[in-house]
Amino acid sequence: MAQRLAMPVKEKTQTGQSHQEFTGSEILLRCLIEEGVEVVFGYPGGAVLPIYDSLYHGALKHLLARHEQGAIHAADGYARATGKAGVVIATSGPGATNLVTGIANAQMDSIPLVCITGNVAQHLIGTDAFQEADITGITMPITKHSYLVTDVKDLPRVVKESFYIATSGRPGPVLIDIPKDVSNARAAYRYPDRVHIRGYQPKTDPHPLQVNRLHQAIREAEKPLILAGGGVVTSGAEKELIAFAEKAHIPVTTTLMGLGGFPGQHPLWLGMPGMHGTYAANNALLECDLLIGIGARFDDRVTMGRLDKFATGAKIVHIDIDPAEIGKNVDTYIPLVGDVKQSLSAALDTVPRAHSDIWVERVQTWFREKPFTFRDSDEVLKPQWVIRHLYESTGGDAVVTTDVGQHQMWVAQYFPFARPRSFITSGGLGTMGFGFPAALGAQLAHPDATVISVTGDGGFQMTSQELAVASLANIPVKVAVINNQCLGMVRQWQEVFYKKRYSEVDLADSPDFVKLAESYGVKAWKAENKEEAARVWSEALSHPGPAVVDFRVAPEENVYPMVAPGSGLDEMIMGEEDE
Amino acid sequence: MRHILSVLVNDQPRVLARVANLLGRRNFNIESISVGESEEPGLSRMVIVTNGDERTMEQVQKQLHKLIDVIKIQDLNEHSAVERELLLIKVGAGPATRMEVSGIVEPFRASVVDVGPHSLMVQATGERSKLDALIELLRPYGIKEVARTGVTALPRGTAKTPVPAGS
Ligand SMILES: Cc1ncc(C[n+]2csc(CCOP(=O)(O)OP(=O)(O)O)c2C)c(N)n1
Repeated sequence: MAQRLAMPVKEKTQTGQSHQEFTGSEILLRCLIEEGVEVVFGYPGGAVLPIYDSLYHGALKHLLARHEQGAIHAADGYARATGKAGVVIATSGPGATNLVTGIANAQMDSIPLVCITGNVAQHLIGTDAFQEADITGITMPITKHSYLVTDVKDLPRVVKESFYIATSGRPGPVLIDIPKDVSNARAAYRYPDRVHIRGYQPKTDPHPLQVNRLHQAIREAEKPLILAGGGVVTSGAEKELIAFAEKAHIPVTTTLMGLGGFPGQHPLWLGMPGMHGTYAANNALLECDLLIGIGARFDDRVTMGRLDKFATGAKIVHIDIDPAEIGKNVDTYIPLVGDVKQSLSAALDTVPRAHSDIWVERVQTWFREKPFTFRDSDEVLKPQWVIRHLYESTGGDAVVTTDVGQHQMWVAQYFPFARPRSFITSGGLGTMGFGFPAALGAQLAHPDATVISVTGDGGFQMTSQELAVASLANIPVKVAVINNQCLGMVRQWQEVFYKKRYSEVDLADSPDFVKLAESYGVKAWKAENKEEAARVWSEALSHPGPAVVDFRVAPEENVYPMVAPGSGLDEMIMGEEDE
Repeated sequence: MRHILSVLVNDQPRVLARVANLLGRRNFNIESISVGESEEPGLSRMVIVTNGDERTMEQVQKQLHKLIDVIKIQDLNEHSAVERELLLIKVGAGPATRMEVSGIVEPFRASVVDVGPHSLMVQATGERSKLDALIELLRPYGIKEVARTGVTALPRGTAKTPVPAGS
């Protein structure tokens, strides 16, 4: 793997000084190596031929996906598992447009990606040339920033800036579009050691005055609550959050993106709030008198868009690195613009203890007495049971990715995550097809971890072609297909809101996932009851390579509790109790 | 409420597209955008006229700031500012009405910049409301074409805040 860079060298002596010149694509490769990139995901094509030629020497590990969407989700999964920028390469035109969903997905969840696309040569840009697409234009609303490189001399600076922008402040995807003539042009190479971007200086340390106000608010609170989001995970603030919550004696609810940011085993944890959240978390949101949002954006799956019924009696404190989030969805009493970790550290030393004993006891009682429930069965396999089994069989020591739908919510409900970055899900965009390739990226980041891709029979079919990658590169991801033979979440909505008029949600004629996996050379099992499920899952776990388990679960199961869209958090439809 | 934002941006390709795209995507209202060079090479000044309540205006500014190419934003409503727009208007006027039109234009310190057999072109600068008033007065003569630049503006006298060094 660690081969030497064997690159052509051209002497240049005009200035009396000799220095080497490289092609744009060689420069790009050197920049990526300089940035410490371990692996890139991609797919070749005409406009990136020079870039792929520079990869020929094997100086940088490249994973050939089977679709650019698979490549970018894998890069995204790598980024979520590590906090480092994921890197993806695609060709111009269709290659670039195949990245669009993945870019939007990363943007919505603030995931650092550097997306490199080739483009047609500059003299052809704007002429509707073969495989030309205006990818910087197309992705303008879904990138944190983008570059169209017009001069090879700019390339090192652009790459340096891209990594910096992608990973700093509120992270996000950055696109670098490189016309083919720029990849082929030659220049000297020097990687800048610093970036200076005049219009971009993320503020990371909170204002001391606001920290004092936060302390005062905690001192006065009797029913305080922390709403922790993905920002806690992004900034690596889990220790600070635990210390802060314990010292101030404040219960914590974690959003979907925040799961793992606060241990799911902690006595102050109330579970996830919102549409499919816990009774305890939602009631705490209704009744609290102080709500401290930390790296969370108060989106409509949490507030249900019913601000008239959301924390109406509470002072709202909002800690976020993105000033634009503060005041966007809810009125804020105390704004704290800053990095979550730095903000919590600054607030920690002198944080007072709230007068919250009675309240904490109350919310803990709610949490204990109103857990998630389902009616278990020994005849048919219940999806909730399967998720709980995944947790118990691994002791929770796994990185779990999900796709989108019912199984995603069941993982959020029945798999209490103990560590940040151990739960990887498409939260903001809700992208079906994300979970499996993301698991490949996460596994590459953590080769020794147990990485489980929990997916639906619908979503798995959106990117199952990446089984080829798992097989060829022997990436030992364990795929748990929660196969309910339908588009479960859509079916649930049609049942509840459209009088069971099931329209185009039947997946009973899906391929046999066992045979599908086997045709890629991936080991696979099927399970139709608890006994089978436990047995084959343990085989899959101990199998050294990638594995697929087709869990045939009861199709009519619904995700509860549920707050219907348009309803407030006080109108939860509760699930069935076990008998 | 109407607000005039003065936005200093990197003079990069597509910067206008980035700003316009953002405002459109976030459903912010735009009355006009004008853009041109600024006092500093490499930077352009964009003047955006927009409408919205306090919360919306705060969001407009914060979202604009997230664009990497946006260096600085000033809400000119918070300063005393000079606001100007250029209007070119072609009105129907034959030999019989030419003098009349010239008479209307004069108090506006506007000038006739082109005369055709059946029309006159008038150039006027001023605040938006003044130009609107002029257009109304000329309407009876038959407006053939109108072109307006959109508002540009600068804060008055000492109100000018320099671009913070090194930021
Ligand atoms: C790309 C994409 N298309 C459509 C949807 C809408 N959608 C949300 S959940 C869902 C059903 C998912 O079915 P499946 O993958 O079988 O998972 P389940 O809900 O059954 O667990 C659909 C179609 C989506 N989220 N993403």
